[in-house]
Amino acid sequence: MAALHMATAVLGAALMSAALMAVLGHNPWEAFTGLAKGSLGTERELAVTVRKTAPFVLTGLSVTLALKAGLFNFGTAGQFLMGSVGAVWMGIQFEALPGWLHLPLALAVGIGSGSVWGAIPGWLKASTGSHEVITTIMLNYVAALFAGWTVFAGSSLSMTRPGPLWDATAGPVSASPDVLASARIPWILGPPLGIHWGVALALLTALLVWWLMERTQFGFELKTVGAKPLAARYAGMRCGWTTVLAMTWAGGLAGLAGAIETLGVHYKFAPEFGGGVGFEGIAVALLGQGHPLGIVLAALLFAVLDAGALRMQFDSGVPSDIIQVIQTFILIFAAAPALATWLLNRVSRTQRASAAAAGRRA
Amino acid sequence: MNAAPVAKRIGLRHQSAGSRRNMPHPVLEVRGITKHFPGVVANRNIDLDLFPGEILAVLGENGAGKSTLMNIIYGLHPPTSGSVRVGGRQLECRSPRDAIAAGIAMVHQHFHLVPTMTVLENIVLGAETTRRGVLDPATAERDVAELCQRFGGQLDINLQAMIDDLPVGMRQRVEIVKALYRRARILVLDEPTAVLTPQETGSLFQIMRGLRHQGTGIIFITHKLKEVLDVADRIAVLRRGAVVGHARPGATTEQAMATMMVGRVPSLTIPKTTVVPGPLMLEVDTLTVHRDDGTTAVDRISFKVHQGEILGLAGVQGNGQTELIGALTGLRPVSSGTVRLNGRDTTHASARRLGREGDTGHIPEDRHTHGMVESFSVAQNLVLNLCNRPPFTRWGLLRLEAIRAHAGRKVADFDIRTTSLKQPLGSLSGGNQQKLVVAREMRDGLQLLIANQPTRGVDVGSVESIHHHIVQQRNAGRAVLLASYDPDEILALADRIAVMFEGRLISLSPAAQVDRNRLGLLMAGIPA
Repeated sequence: MAALHMATAVLGAALMSAALMAVLGHNPWEAFTGLAKGSLGTERELAVTVRKTAPFVLTGLSVTLALKAGLFNFGTAGQFLMGSVGAVWMGIQFEALPGWLHLPLALAVGIGSGSVWGAIPGWLKASTGSHEVITTIMLNYVAALFAGWTVFAGSSLSMTRPGPLWDATAGPVSASPDVLASARIPWILGPPLGIHWGVALALLTALLVWWLMERTQFGFELKTVGAKPLAARYAGMRCGWTTVLAMTWAGGLAGLAGAIETLGVHYKFAPEFGGGVGFEGIAVALLGQGHPLGIVLAALLFAVLDAGALRMQFDSGVPSDIIQVIQTFILIFAAAPALATWLLNRVSRTQRASAAAAGRRA
Repeated sequence: MNAAPVAKRIGLRHQSAGSRRNMPHPVLEVRGITKHFPGVVANRNIDLDLFPGEILAVLGENGAGKSTLMNIIYGLHPPTSGSVRVGGRQLECRSPRDAIAAGIAMVHQHFHLVPTMTVLENIVLGAETTRRGVLDPATAERDVAELCQRFGGQLDINLQAMIDDLPVGMRQRVEIVKALYRRARILVLDEPTAVLTPQETGSLFQIMRGLRHQGTGIIFITHKLKEVLDVADRIAVLRRGAVVGHARPGATTEQAMATMMVGRVPSLTIPKTTVVPGPLMLEVDTLTVHRDDGTTAVDRISFKVHQGEILGLAGVQGNGQTELIGALTGLRPVSSGTVRLNGRDTTHASARRLGREGDTGHIPEDRHTHGMVESFSVAQNLVLNLCNRPPFTRWGLLRLEAIRAHAGRKVADFDIRTTSLKQPLGSLSGGNQQKLVVAREMRDGLQLLIANQPTRGVDVGSVESIHHHIVQQRNAGRAVLLASYDPDEILALADRIAVMFEGRLISLSPAAQVDRNRLGLLMAGIPA
């Protein structure tokens, strides 16, 4: 059932996007083949797609876990940034540390920073009843400004001092120094393919989250609180505490995504990294239907869209911005399954009718 | 279907209501309805006729297929096979809208009213009178008032009152008027008395008789035998999805109907051995509890419950029982007074401490809001409040083996009818859901059992089994506090009877000193 839902959402989105492209005077078929070539065409492009899957898996899990506790985590973007900054802070210093210690520590600081950023709205909700949608979105701005400040190059004009993580050797560029080799995530397949172990870690985390939800007391309580807070209270569960913990976990997952991107891909932090990541987490979570395998598949799809966009533009002339439109269509159809089913039924009925008409003519 | 000839026909026929021979045209004909759900046959080849001006009682246990049948008639489910005819015309019901258009109205157990709107607004909602696209409340009010008047006072409602402020019985009346306003010829009442006080039930029956007189055909779904004998013209009994018999109130007995319904001879009275009450278990002293809005719900109440006795807490709904139980189970703060459980002060103990330390079992008043999670499996629901203790968890990990074994035992012991332990609880019938809650709360090591409306909306067979289990707990030496709005339930089970009225205990005496009549008066606030 869940798989069917996922398929209808994707098909519905594809149909709508194709219609939109056709209206704009492009050939949808060319666009989709371009998209496929650009993301899956060669080994190298496939590798990029696989690498891009990791952050989508983790932010998707983050939203899913919160959702199971009845919470909307719109704060993955901020938690991702805090995770990135935390990981970089740990990764650019402590030269004496060996790799087996430095990398786990850097990842842990990244997870921890994201956790704190998730725990704040969780705690606010539990203690004051403030709505987590508002607080997480607001904290996204705080995180973005804070992260930007940490690597800010400073300005002699306005007499502002550079941020604490700014790379003085980089001149006027706002970016951190490179992460030390001991804190970088090693390759599974080295360059030119470049798939790092963070991808495997993300997949393992998907399993871990499933296990947490299905096999632990914490997961059971979290789901009860999410499904029916009154029943949870009746059963003697601590709803407030569970809310805080759920948001802590959610923040940690998004933080891990940020840490993996900085320690495995960019090797530094700059404000422009990971700006958009987070919103996609919601779409991945909805499309993945709360199941870890579904989330991995949905993440893969989003990675395909992300990786193939440029090639699509090159091959078909469809602007790569259309990818965001496709993503939005997926989100809409995932959130409103009835809409997708209706659309597909309509299309198949028209096709059958025209096939019948063609048959009569023949 | 043209309404006028039908009305005429009904008008001609209401004189002979109840006599089937003179009524060749049923207003509703159900023919060969069969309904399959995955793994279950909910309805098997059901035939039913409803005549204008007749009250047809459809009697059956929870899970017998009553609700499914009504949902088919009302257009909520398509039948697997069979047909429904209204006034001789095949009803192609694809949604409730078609059913309403054909003159079928349904009053559900849970009302579909907007609490923040007035009675009038709720009645006309979706069928508003307008003048050039603008609402015309004056005409609507006149029409509704006229409609109510036709029933000579039985349907009196203050049209400007807010639904929120009305008692349950009044809300039901609004639902009925809503149906009549939509010109319903067939009225389906789904367990209408489950939520009513005896007085409210009495006036509902008055209304039903009035409607019958006006020619409305009424399907009255229930599992309460007394009521069927009281008000029905004809009775159809459903068991396991099939009609197993018809009866007429004059020619049958409670026992006979119960036997038909359950398929065996159930015992309608509970055998109780004499047990000498043991030591004191629960001691409530001058307890005061407030509602959320700050008004006093429980006013300086004191009582004791001993081991091996059932203290029955009788009273009409809304007299503070809910808040009292809430305070005793740690779900509502105590304003003043003390509660002592087995000698320890538990006045401000949390639900976590009371429930999880194995002291207090609590069958909540409304299983849907508190007692269960519909989307969780049967097995998960059976450990809802036990999931943090051995053997169901170790080092924070759930032990699925133990949870399954526990579920298997409870399902067998309490006869919970489910196709598997993994089945979501929401897909079970109400009676089986309630049995599950009861099964979970009756656990080993219990000291006090608080049962609040333990058999509300539950069929005869399940009532029998739940009552049996409650008495067993008492016989095993546990203290039981039983709160019920149903005086018969209190009289059947309690060793001592306390009556609550407007937040106070107005009577507390051994059960032997209270009879049905006196209990009724006490519940109405009239101390003898």
